[in-house]
Amino acid sequence: SGNASSVNPITSLLIANRGEIALRIARTAAAMGIRTTTLYTDIDAASQHAKCAPHSLALGPAAAYLDGDRIVALAKQHGIQALHPGYGFLSENPKFAKACEDAGIVFVGPPAKAMADMGDKARSKEIMTNAGVPCVPGYHGEEQSVEQLQARAREIKFPVLLKSVKGGGGKGMRIVRTEEEFEAQLKSARAEARASFGEGGEVMLVEKYIVRPRHVEVQVFADRYGNCVALGERDCSVQRRHQKILEESPAPLLDDATRHDLWDKARTAATAVGYVGAGTVEFILDRDTGEFYFMEMNTRLQVEHPVSEMVTGTDLVEWQFRVAAGERLPLTQDEIEARIHERGAAIEARIYAENPEKGFFPDSGKLVHLKTPMTSEDIRIDAGFIEGDTVSEAYDGMIAKLIVRGKDRETAIRKMELALRDYEVVGLSTNIEFLKKLCRSQAFIEGDLETGFIDKWKDELFKPKHVTDEVFVQAALGMLNSQIANSMSANTMQSSPHGQTLGFGETPTLQNRKFAFRVKDDSSVEEGKLVNVSVTQTGRDLFKVAVSRGETETPQVYENIVSTSTSPSDTKTSLTTFFPKTRVESTLVRDPTRDDKLTIFQLGHKTELSLEPPAWFDKALGLKEMAASVVAPMPCKILRNEVEEGQEVEKGAPLVVIESMKMETVIRSPQKGVIKKLAHKQGDICKAGTVLVLFEEDAAASHDA
Amino acid sequence: HNTNSSRSVATFTPPHQASAISIIKSELDTSSDEFKENERLMGEAMARLEELTRKVQLGGPPKAREKHIARKKMLPRDRVTALIDPGTTFLELSPLAGHELYPEAPEVPAGGIITGIGVVEGVTCMIVANDSTVKGGTYYPITVKKHLRAQEVAKENKLPCIYLVDSGGANLPHQADVFPDREHFGRIFFNQARMSAAGIPQVSVVMGPCTAGGAYVPAMSDESIIVQEQGHIFLAGPPLVKAATGEVVSPEDLGGGKMHSSVSGVTDYLAVDDAHAIVLARRCISNLNWPVENKQPTTSSPNPTFAEPLYPAEELLGVASTNLRKPLPVHEVIARIVDGSVFAEFKRDYGTTLVTGFANIYGHRVGIVANNGILFSSSAVKGAHFIELCAQRGIPLVFLQNISGFMVGKDAEREGIAKNGAKLVTAVACADVPKFTVVVGGSYGAGNYGMCGRAYSPRFLWMWPNARIGVMGGEQLAAVMETVGQKVDPELKARIERESDAVYSSARLWDDGIIPPAHTRRYLGLGLRAALGGRNEVAPGETKFGVFRM
Repeated sequence: SGNASSVNPITSLLIANRGEIALRIARTAAAMGIRTTTLYTDIDAASQHAKCAPHSLALGPAAAYLDGDRIVALAKQHGIQALHPGYGFLSENPKFAKACEDAGIVFVGPPAKAMADMGDKARSKEIMTNAGVPCVPGYHGEEQSVEQLQARAREIKFPVLLKSVKGGGGKGMRIVRTEEEFEAQLKSARAEARASFGEGGEVMLVEKYIVRPRHVEVQVFADRYGNCVALGERDCSVQRRHQKILEESPAPLLDDATRHDLWDKARTAATAVGYVGAGTVEFILDRDTGEFYFMEMNTRLQVEHPVSEMVTGTDLVEWQFRVAAGERLPLTQDEIEARIHERGAAIEARIYAENPEKGFFPDSGKLVHLKTPMTSEDIRIDAGFIEGDTVSEAYDGMIAKLIVRGKDRETAIRKMELALRDYEVVGLSTNIEFLKKLCRSQAFIEGDLETGFIDKWKDELFKPKHVTDEVFVQAALGMLNSQIANSMSANTMQSSPHGQTLGFGETPTLQNRKFAFRVKDDSSVEEGKLVNVSVTQTGRDLFKVAVSRGETETPQVYENIVSTSTSPSDTKTSLTTFFPKTRVESTLVRDPTRDDKLTIFQLGHKTELSLEPPAWFDKALGLKEMAASVVAPMPCKILRNEVEEGQEVEKGAPLVVIESMKMETVIRSPQKGVIKKLAHKQGDICKAGTVLVLFEEDAAASHDA
Repeated sequence: HNTNSSRSVATFTPPHQASAISIIKSELDTSSDEFKENERLMGEAMARLEELTRKVQLGGPPKAREKHIARKKMLPRDRVTALIDPGTTFLELSPLAGHELYPEAPEVPAGGIITGIGVVEGVTCMIVANDSTVKGGTYYPITVKKHLRAQEVAKENKLPCIYLVDSGGANLPHQADVFPDREHFGRIFFNQARMSAAGIPQVSVVMGPCTAGGAYVPAMSDESIIVQEQGHIFLAGPPLVKAATGEVVSPEDLGGGKMHSSVSGVTDYLAVDDAHAIVLARRCISNLNWPVENKQPTTSSPNPTFAEPLYPAEELLGVASTNLRKPLPVHEVIARIVDGSVFAEFKRDYGTTLVTGFANIYGHRVGIVANNGILFSSSAVKGAHFIELCAQRGIPLVFLQNISGFMVGKDAEREGIAKNGAKLVTAVACADVPKFTVVVGGSYGAGNYGMCGRAYSPRFLWMWPNARIGVMGGEQLAAVMETVGQKVDPELKARIERESDAVYSSARLWDDGIIPPAHTRRYLGLGLRAALGGRNEVAPGETKFGVFRM
């Protein structure tokens, strides 16, 4: 306040980002009376962030969020005072930050110089080491020959980690366990890094690989006046594909001395580069020794910043604007610590469009159904999508972040699990079911964290679930009820005798209908199994249902089930059913593009089923038996075929390597057989569902037999 | 200051006052011995019907059913279920038809044919389904009668017809009672042609043989579907062809689905199996451009909000008696059938043995004519008056029949019971509004006529399990015969009793089925929907009455 003259409040802002972070920034900006402008690419024209601001400008092609010159030019052209880069895209690009400064636009982020220093891994380590911040033993030099790097690795002692100097997010990162595999791994890491980060991506650093590491990071904030605070730490150890999925604050099982040491070292690190604004200092914590090392500093607001906000009761985007305007930090370190004591614990779950059962394979598609938990002071959702939006494969597959606060860690985890039960998504695969399992995992609840957590507990986390009879009952009743609702309006339903029994005899004149469901659920024991449900309506809203899971088993019969339902739309049915011993509420969602695909949300679980087509379907539709084939699971580029036509392959053998979302995936053979045809060659771009490999039919037939 | 009030104040008359005075107050004592005895006897009658119906619902003998299923054919009742909309109730007609009718075949379950009213794609339709597990689906005389009755119901109520054909044609040993007469086999096609002409759609699904005359069912339909390698249409089957011309041909080549759908054009759609055929049939109905159920009927729109009766329908079991000499308090019946038990009684205190008045059933306004004792001149005249009112206003009539006849004797004759009874009969015969009859007790003598018996073409006629029908009771009949000096056959009384039984009636199609008393309201509701929905219109004042002898 003493420097009131140097405070220059931000009044107009360009958000150079998309999705949830653009919306989140816009929310705070609006609350502060800042006029916002957002940007959108062609593919994002109908997206929520394009709609959320009073002004929105077109950028063109999908990659244009990276077009710094264009964005700066737009900001100038529209007389916009400041620019917020969000995270990803241009947020850690010093040249862009500099370009903004040069154009007279306030860049809401650190000075370009600090960004550049921290962006260069080798340089940052040097600065840190000089400032007394411990770094992971490693080599960050310019000698990049295989022999040199290998020699350094030997000095550091295997296992070592290979990482691109440009890298982040797990791309171009390799663990090398023995000297023998060093060369091959280096080659592969370089190829991936170059693909991800472009020229210069292949420059590698070698680091000590810590076997049981925890990922702990400190949220720091600095102002222009040399003040720097730590807003607590976050544990981000639960990761898959080297990307975080659960983040929490405070970090569990951490003694106060270590905690304060981490904070101090993080502040020292920021101060050492003359940092201003929001940043995150990442440490790797060796569970076996309790030592921690500086890894890198992210010179931006991170995806998981809401965790720190929840636990400190702050709005970091507001802080960013205030610091950028020249204000001093609003809170002192002591005040922050007091707040953390008072506010307990917060945890964030990232909801991704991906299939955990298939190696967290990314998915994309339309959000046919989206229901979110009720938000409150303690339950927050940062999302970039609403129902009906499409999650494009062109960008990161994060659908939303769910952040929950509780008085302590256990409470927060329990609340998170409950909130996730209310999170319903249909249209694409998500990790929601997996996140629920994480929250129920005893090891996680106990805080037994390390970055290899998911791998370590995979048996428990991927244990297939059992689909209960009630799920099939509800699916059948839901289908039936929605048809009943379709054929009769509620009004005429009530004003007619229809739906009631009539006359003498067994279930007189009312109907017994059979449903055959096939379980289409990778996380279920029953995956692929056929379950028959027979529903007899014995009165209005009154049913008798039999579930038979196989030829041999006797059907389970549920008598006098009372079920009522509402269909808010053609594709959704909510039903409440009183079974003999319990009440079950379910939501049944039919995929509007594939009527036979059903998703049921029930008692906090999601199950996917398909309605088995009738026997006459194929004949009537004129379909021939499709030859055994393998199709592209998602839009992708063919990197290479691993087999040749005519070759005999075993089940599980690699067939094709594809690239999608900048990640390589190996498509494996679903069967033993002989390759009849390879439909695509290296470099081909394929849509989801495109046939990649055809098998000889004989082989397929003999396999079935 | 009240000096200049030269006018009195008009009373405020809120609508609830009218309904308050119309609510029937039940005086039924459900703990009385009489009630309990009625309930017990009715329970026995119900149990018998329950058993008979269950047996009928199975269809033909187990072997025939197994063979049917082994051929991957759906059983006829499953076909009907698959055809109609989920959640709708199938109003089956005369399930006990054919019961103990033919000495050589005591069981012809449901007369070998399932008929009834079902909702298909929102359209209320008449469904006629042959049951080929019953003597190959061949037509006994009762089968023909039931098929024709279904067509009559369809014609009167303008219901699109769906024929699920799976029949070997006429039952040859009975050919004399099936083939030649006016109301025999040929009438089926006559009806199809006439209904089609009247704009009532005719759709057939050939799911089995359709030989000889049967071939005309699909051929006379507006649209026909056939199941390949299962449905066959030919004027003569392969054996007859061979006998006649020496030509040897397979059924499929002679009249199979592929041939008829691609070569002869006898059928319009080819189905892979029964399930597929039913999907095609439903699609046909959806293209009839017919008013659907979920739209309100164009005329006589029912009130969408109404109350259920105040008293439980199950109590009807203790109201009605199997001993028809005991009076049946008909107000208690009405109170358990009509909306909110609200009954605007007409001429309550005049001719009290006939109860008349206005009420609603599932929101449909109806006029009720119910017996409450012997018909006297006064009650007959009152009935005629009330029927005139309903005809004038276009209000459907519901008859609750429990009648031992018109009053006899010197006084009655001098009062002109004959001409007064005739007034009632004339009014019933001429009233051009949908009529519904439920026999809740006895249906004897001319009372049957005055109360809209079968001969008076009610849209539907149902009987309660206790109901009896005949010229007079067996005892009376014996007494009359004795009086006129005839020697009474000791077996006669028993035979008359047997022939008066509701099951005896239903087996011969004198009615549209025996119904549980507690379901009376539902049957009437479904009947009203059939009679008033779709393309039906009830125009008020259209009735032209004959001469009322004054």
